[in-house]
Amino acid sequence: MSTIADPKAPRPSRPGPSRRTTRGNFELYGWVFMRGSGVILIVLIFGHLFVNLMVGEGISAIDFGFVAGKWASPFWQVWDLLMLWLAMLHGTNGVRTIINDYAEKDTTRLVLKIALYTASVLVITLGTLVIFTFDPCPPNSPADLLPSFCTA
Amino acid sequence: MTATVEAPAPEVGAVPSFQVTLKIRRFLPADEDMPTFGEAFVAEPRWDEFTVDVHGTDRVLDALHKIKWEQDGSLTFRRSCAHGICGSDAMRINGRNRLACKTLLKDLDPGKPIVVEPIKGLPVVKDLVVDMEPFFASYREIMPFLITTGTEPTKERLQSAEQRERFDDTTKCILCAACTSSCPVFWTDGQYFGPAAIVNAHRFIFDSRDEGGTQRLEILNDKEGVWRCRTTFNCTEACPRGIEVTKAIQEVKRAMITRAF
Repeated sequence: MSTIADPKAPRPSRPGPSRRTTRGNFELYGWVFMRGSGVILIVLIFGHLFVNLMVGEGISAIDFGFVAGKWASPFWQVWDLLMLWLAMLHGTNGVRTIINDYAEKDTTRLVLKIALYTASVLVITLGTLVIFTFDPCPPNSPADLLPSFCTA
Repeated sequence: MTATVEAPAPEVGAVPSFQVTLKIRRFLPADEDMPTFGEAFVAEPRWDEFTVDVHGTDRVLDALHKIKWEQDGSLTFRRSCAHGICGSDAMRINGRNRLACKTLLKDLDPGKPIVVEPIKGLPVVKDLVVDMEPFFASYREIMPFLITTGTEPTKERLQSAEQRERFDDTTKCILCAACTSSCPVFWTDGQYFGPAAIVNAHRFIFDSRDEGGTQRLEILNDKEGVWRCRTTFNCTEACPRGIEVTKAIQEVKRAMITRAF
């Protein structure tokens, strides 16, 4: 059974007249971003799934060369970049609100948020780097690791 | 020939009576002084069961009165008007926030013990009485009074029926805290303004006579303001006055967005 604190015990100051105000438009923009990015992500993700899995030979066509072919076109570079950034920011903001809602101790909240932001920055940076610098045939690589079209 | 009453006919409109068991969460604060150092004395809450004879027309409040008057005078709870207007006796009955004076026992499955607890998220003072101060602090912060500029008119401030209708729903609030103490976001750390404060801000923001709307939106555009609402609808479900609380919160959000863009 949980215990209820003795009301006569000194308790941490509750939101009295001295509540810390944290006003600003950050949460407002965050809220609007979640709605906007959600709608755009539906189009991007289902478009991505359709092109990769349904068009042409479907799933059996996906290999190293297929991805390289897509990223050779600026259209798919922008598509995938948008998808990466929107999905990561949407997800990060969602988890941030979950941490705010569920973490009761300040230290727990801080540790979880540091872990979350580190992971997000890492994934967004690496993902962006890969989309723009992807080279299917890096020079001086052993030939048996490269796809067949590199020798052409 | 005169008609004669043969057998006592069953009383028309007789109120059935039955037995009901109430399982009440009790909490007695420590009477001794606080130790000057070391662990704070923590009093243990406990569950007490009482069985009372009640009528079909009785409410939970009547059963609580019967217990207090006939069985255990130390049972402590708040009630003032006992008719659903003052908002004193909000409590958690069978896991739902309700007013004890508006909840009929016969509607609660009297076959099983009826569980009565204090509302959650506010510090318990004794038994079913909680410290309402954090709740009222949020309420005061949204400035629940008419704000105007310019010279005071010499007659009433007029308003059309449509203008009055705009905020009619949120004028019904009785500040019982059933909504705020049913909100899972409020339970976390008690920093969130809570549905009741937002409902009472809504009552003035959408009042055509009031000119403090911008200030109130500014106050609620806070990390702990309307944006912490997760639309779980617990508040709307808990409100004993039938206010569409979640809808009111969303309307305040919309007002903020249209102001910002």
